[in-house]
Amino acid sequence: MDIKRKNELMLTAAKLRKEALDMVYTAKSGHIGGALSAADIITVLVFEKMRTDPKNPLWEDRDRLVLSKGHASPLFYAALAYKGFFPIGDLKTFRHVDSYLSGHVEMRHVPGVDMSSGSLGQGLSVGLGMALSAKLSGKNYRTFVITGDGELQEGQNWEAAMAAAYYKADNLTVIVDRNHLQLEGPIEEVMGMGSIPDKFRAFGFEVIEIDGHDICAISDAVDKASSIKGRPTVIIAETVKGKGVSFMENNPKFHGAAPNDEQYQIGAEELDKMIRELNANI
Amino acid sequence: MCIMAENISTRVAYGRALAEFGDDQNIVVIDADLATSTMSYMFRDKYPERFFNAGVAEANMVCMGAGFATTGKTVFVNSFAVFSTGRAFDQIRTSVVYPHLNVKVVGTHAGVSVGEDGPTHQCLEDIGTMRTLPGMVVVCPCDGTETREAVRAIIDYNGPVYLRLGRAAVEDLTSTLPGYKFTLGKGTLLKNGSDVTIIATGLMVQEAMKAADKLSGKVNVRVIDMHTIKPIDKEMIISAAKETGAIITAEEHNIIGGLGSAVAEVLVENCPVPMMRVGMNDEFGKSGKAAALMVKYGFTADNLCEKVEEILKRK
Repeated sequence: MDIKRKNELMLTAAKLRKEALDMVYTAKSGHIGGALSAADIITVLVFEKMRTDPKNPLWEDRDRLVLSKGHASPLFYAALAYKGFFPIGDLKTFRHVDSYLSGHVEMRHVPGVDMSSGSLGQGLSVGLGMALSAKLSGKNYRTFVITGDGELQEGQNWEAAMAAAYYKADNLTVIVDRNHLQLEGPIEEVMGMGSIPDKFRAFGFEVIEIDGHDICAISDAVDKASSIKGRPTVIIAETVKGKGVSFMENNPKFHGAAPNDEQYQIGAEELDKMIRELNANI
Repeated sequence: MCIMAENISTRVAYGRALAEFGDDQNIVVIDADLATSTMSYMFRDKYPERFFNAGVAEANMVCMGAGFATTGKTVFVNSFAVFSTGRAFDQIRTSVVYPHLNVKVVGTHAGVSVGEDGPTHQCLEDIGTMRTLPGMVVVCPCDGTETREAVRAIIDYNGPVYLRLGRAAVEDLTSTLPGYKFTLGKGTLLKNGSDVTIIATGLMVQEAMKAADKLSGKVNVRVIDMHTIKPIDKEMIISAAKETGAIITAEEHNIIGGLGSAVAEVLVENCPVPMMRVGMNDEFGKSGKAAALMVKYGFTADNLCEKVEEILKRK
């Protein structure tokens, strides 16, 4: 990827982070930590890698994305809006009773959302179904699934992993947002998970480990995954929960709590500054 | 439609129907290592490229099905009723019914007629759990012919459905019923009557007809086969209440939450009449021969006859 494109994507990611912060602050509700950790992954997928058509959200041959960690909705909605699936102005209605932008993503209500989610552990299975359907129909679209790391404690993920390898779903790419935290605190203090890469290897996956905030690394990993034949790929993206807002980084408190007025001011200034600096690079 | 209908189990009729209608390229069938019990193997053997085994992993099975359905497929996911509706309840709720995806959840081996495998395999709560999901359609056909018609209707209907099937062979009633037509959401009047109505589903429909037969000459029993518990045929229930004045429901299911409860909900808000629910009295089953269990727990025509005598006193 050339530097110019990388800088454009970094700027987009920063803008999406700011949108997500605004949304959660306005709603006084939402999962900002896990939205910020997934920002770069979602940016690369939506703006660089996935073949989709905002004018035709249900295009049969589109690449699919299952946001299995459906609570990262603020970031994903912002990405879809910026991509042109629906008006950016609607983002401020997030979680409002009269809004179509629910707390967890919904496929029937939000253009660009390929599957509803919110109950963790189901997205990998759904993505597998989409991927196998492509093979059945002789279609070339790719299916991406973004999971959390704490989410992988749900056993169903491993049912799906077992099946994905058995069915040689090489058109399925899983991305784990490995931010090392879950709702109650650090994963190791709640339910230590051992080596996630080893587990996926044992289940028959190709494993790629990257820095989940490195735009180029994400892009390269997605490309590499498409070249792997005969087995599914998992990209384990090392991330920081709350990335981009200093006091939210690695802070379990911001799993599902909205920032107060003071916190919002600080966070908004930090992100605005980031956006200005990145803009200067364009 | 079959003219000379065999007395087969609804699960066998289902397997045959899947194989019969399975040339539709949109149909995908998934099973959880029970294909030779659920009879989905009949589809598997004919259309192996559109059959997927999930192994003993029902949650994954249901959500894989949902994934296929998002791409326009008509999906059947299969297991025993306890496992498909029980183990994968949240998956059905969140990934199938909530986004209103075209996945048909099939639960075979419902009720105590499963027999010797015992309570862990005898599902008595599935009608209850499935009907509390907004937008779910719940179907329980009574015989082989009705099952074939139900499968046809379910394929033609775009949306989530729960199809409840049994293990044991049952007498085919609908193949010889003049003018029989299966319509989702409409009950089937098997026998008209004026003194009392038995509204039954599944194999209790056969027992209800036997009871009506035993009582003929003494009591004029109306028998309704309520194959669709959701959306339930309210008009037929209300007419029966108004015209016969007493209702008995009969199902191979807990009396809490199933057909009986659904009928009671309609009656109490529209036309309260004396009513009794025949079913499992809020207990688990036992391991034993199916026929013995049916007698032990009152899933018999004789028990229905006794209940008819009782309810007539309350009119």
